[in-house]
Amino acid sequence: MRAESDPGGARSVLTGARSAPRRALQGSFNLVMNVLDLVMAPLQRAIGVKRMPWVFLLPNLAIFGIFVLFPMLLNFYYAFTGGTNLFPQDRPFVGTANFQRIFACGNFLQPSSCQEDTFWRAVHNAFIFVPAQLIALVVFSLITAMVLNRTLSFRGFFRSVFFYPVLLSPVVVALIWKWILQRDGLLNAFLQLLGGHKVLFLLNAHWAMFWVVFTTTWATMGFYTLILLAGLQSIPTELYEAGSIDGAGAWQSFRYVTLPLLMPTMLVVLVLALIRAVQLFDEVYAFTGGGPGTATTFIVQYIYNTAFATQIRRFGLAAAASVLLGVVLLALTLVQLWAGRRSDAT
Amino acid sequence: MRTVVTFLSRRNGRARPSVTDVLTAFYLFLGVLIMFGPVLWLVLSSFKTPAALDRFPPSLLPTSQETVQIKGYDRPLPLFTVTLPDGSRKKLAEVRRIGLEAQMVDPNAPGTIIKMKASSTTPVRSVQFEWSNYSEPLKRFAFLTYLKNSVIVTVTATLITLIINSMAAFALSKYRFRGQYTVLLVIIGTLMIPISVILVPVYLVIVKIGWLNSLWGVIIPGAATPTGVFLLRQYMLTIPDELMDSARIDGASEWRIYWQIILPLAAPAMAVLAIFSVMWRWNDFLWPLIVLTHNEMFTLQVGLNSFQGQLNIQWHFVLAMTVLTLLPITLVFAFLQRYITTGIATTGIK
Repeated sequence: MRAESDPGGARSVLTGARSAPRRALQGSFNLVMNVLDLVMAPLQRAIGVKRMPWVFLLPNLAIFGIFVLFPMLLNFYYAFTGGTNLFPQDRPFVGTANFQRIFACGNFLQPSSCQEDTFWRAVHNAFIFVPAQLIALVVFSLITAMVLNRTLSFRGFFRSVFFYPVLLSPVVVALIWKWILQRDGLLNAFLQLLGGHKVLFLLNAHWAMFWVVFTTTWATMGFYTLILLAGLQSIPTELYEAGSIDGAGAWQSFRYVTLPLLMPTMLVVLVLALIRAVQLFDEVYAFTGGGPGTATTFIVQYIYNTAFATQIRRFGLAAAASVLLGVVLLALTLVQLWAGRRSDAT
Repeated sequence: MRTVVTFLSRRNGRARPSVTDVLTAFYLFLGVLIMFGPVLWLVLSSFKTPAALDRFPPSLLPTSQETVQIKGYDRPLPLFTVTLPDGSRKKLAEVRRIGLEAQMVDPNAPGTIIKMKASSTTPVRSVQFEWSNYSEPLKRFAFLTYLKNSVIVTVTATLITLIINSMAAFALSKYRFRGQYTVLLVIIGTLMIPISVILVPVYLVIVKIGWLNSLWGVIIPGAATPTGVFLLRQYMLTIPDELMDSARIDGASEWRIYWQIILPLAAPAMAVLAIFSVMWRWNDFLWPLIVLTHNEMFTLQVGLNSFQGQLNIQWHFVLAMTVLTLLPITLVFAFLQRYITTGIATTGIK
């Protein structure tokens, strides 16, 4: 309880009880920093205090530059080159051939009519997955947040239970559900108990998509529940009191007080979930491997397969696809910034 | 116990529990079952023998058939409950099974063999935890290597992240210099570029540096987290600048001000970032999958995935290793969940 009101309580995690190993750690940390000071102090005298911030920024900016900004520019170059060589100097410039290949399509509604049919299959799958995932996430995290927001005992316990799966790794989540959904698994045992037949859930295209939506919702809804709960708790209780004096029922106070005031938070949740859903990879790759067939293959897996998982490594095509993905994400992020400003304003 | 009773009989001030109260209790019950049940099922299953895992329908608890050592037989015999012709029930050991006929023997009178229909016998089971699911993979597979790699990556990456992110945050919060806002914009801008968008060129950089199949290739690219810099900067802005001025008068270098004054004061934010970094790194999958192609360099997540992808999954080992993989994060959560949940609620990052 203390930590929630006093953020300083967190310090005890790092510097609280002074056990022997912690003292040793502290000692070696001080030693390293003192040695670094032998370099930093003369450096400061040489270049002056004014330039010191750049010294502090250097390691971070170097990593950003080498592993984010430079690759981002290089990605465009890759997108316009062909062949299967990795090194840019060995790659022939092909103009927009990669993009033309991706967009060579008889009918965009029928992936099989496209030259890169897997890419369009992935886009189609995303159009099924993303809306389903968003609806499921918003509905279930909103209900959960509202239930947890009622004055109830053990709220901390229930909050933890709903949040716990968020921390599990995608591979672990995939294995947990694979185990439950397998042929002789728990769910099939239930089905048989109720008089049904065994279903091979992950070998059926429709069921596989359903379970991908289900498991990703299961694994991430705790995160959004937490954000929505914070939003609910910031609604002043006077508004509800005023509503009930005016004779508003439960549904009316939800419709006319909770929902409008929660809208900004909801918008943030929607956009965050949208950006994550478009980039879906880990969970599905370990869960269905994109199958059966290509029934649960999504864009990032298409990029991964094209560049890294086949004998013929078509880096140019993968880069072109990631440029397209980047454009979509950029657009979504701009929407997020706009949503964030709106939620700050209200 | 009393709190449970008060919880169950909570009525929101009314005499009888309202429909909403019942629905709330029902939703929470179902929620606990769906959110936590699967993990519990995983843990219970991980203690079952391969034979018990094959059984359908599965038993809730890890059980295995009891056996008994009888004089005259060199191996322990499995125990069954049988209904004798006179209607009485008895525990007998099975010597062998020929077709539909089972040859049983009474443990108390091992001399005579009793023949009966195999269908009239039911195995005697008792709860038994199969610890060898956990000990065997440690010996037979590269599990310990994966574990070691994951620990190295998580610890090193978290230390590097904490140090360089706090340095950058210090520069961006405690100084005024030309280009400050450009740098801040660039850092926030990189938030928009997830690694999934630049896989190919980052792979090239890693190959050029020679970090393919090296843990450094996993550790370094993600070390300069924009979220970390932003989180720490926002916190450091609340630390008064007067502390720095008086330290300067005392002749402290800027570096000394950073690590002896600002860093200790930013400890709460550092703790939050440390927890997040451990979570990110321990669970990281896509990038290690690309950089690490040699079996002996795999992290736990990649190793576990390659394991379960094999044609005939050895579920009893895979389940036990899954439990071991989720254990560290579960412990972190159990002890530090207040910081995690408040951290997310206040910053909106994960």
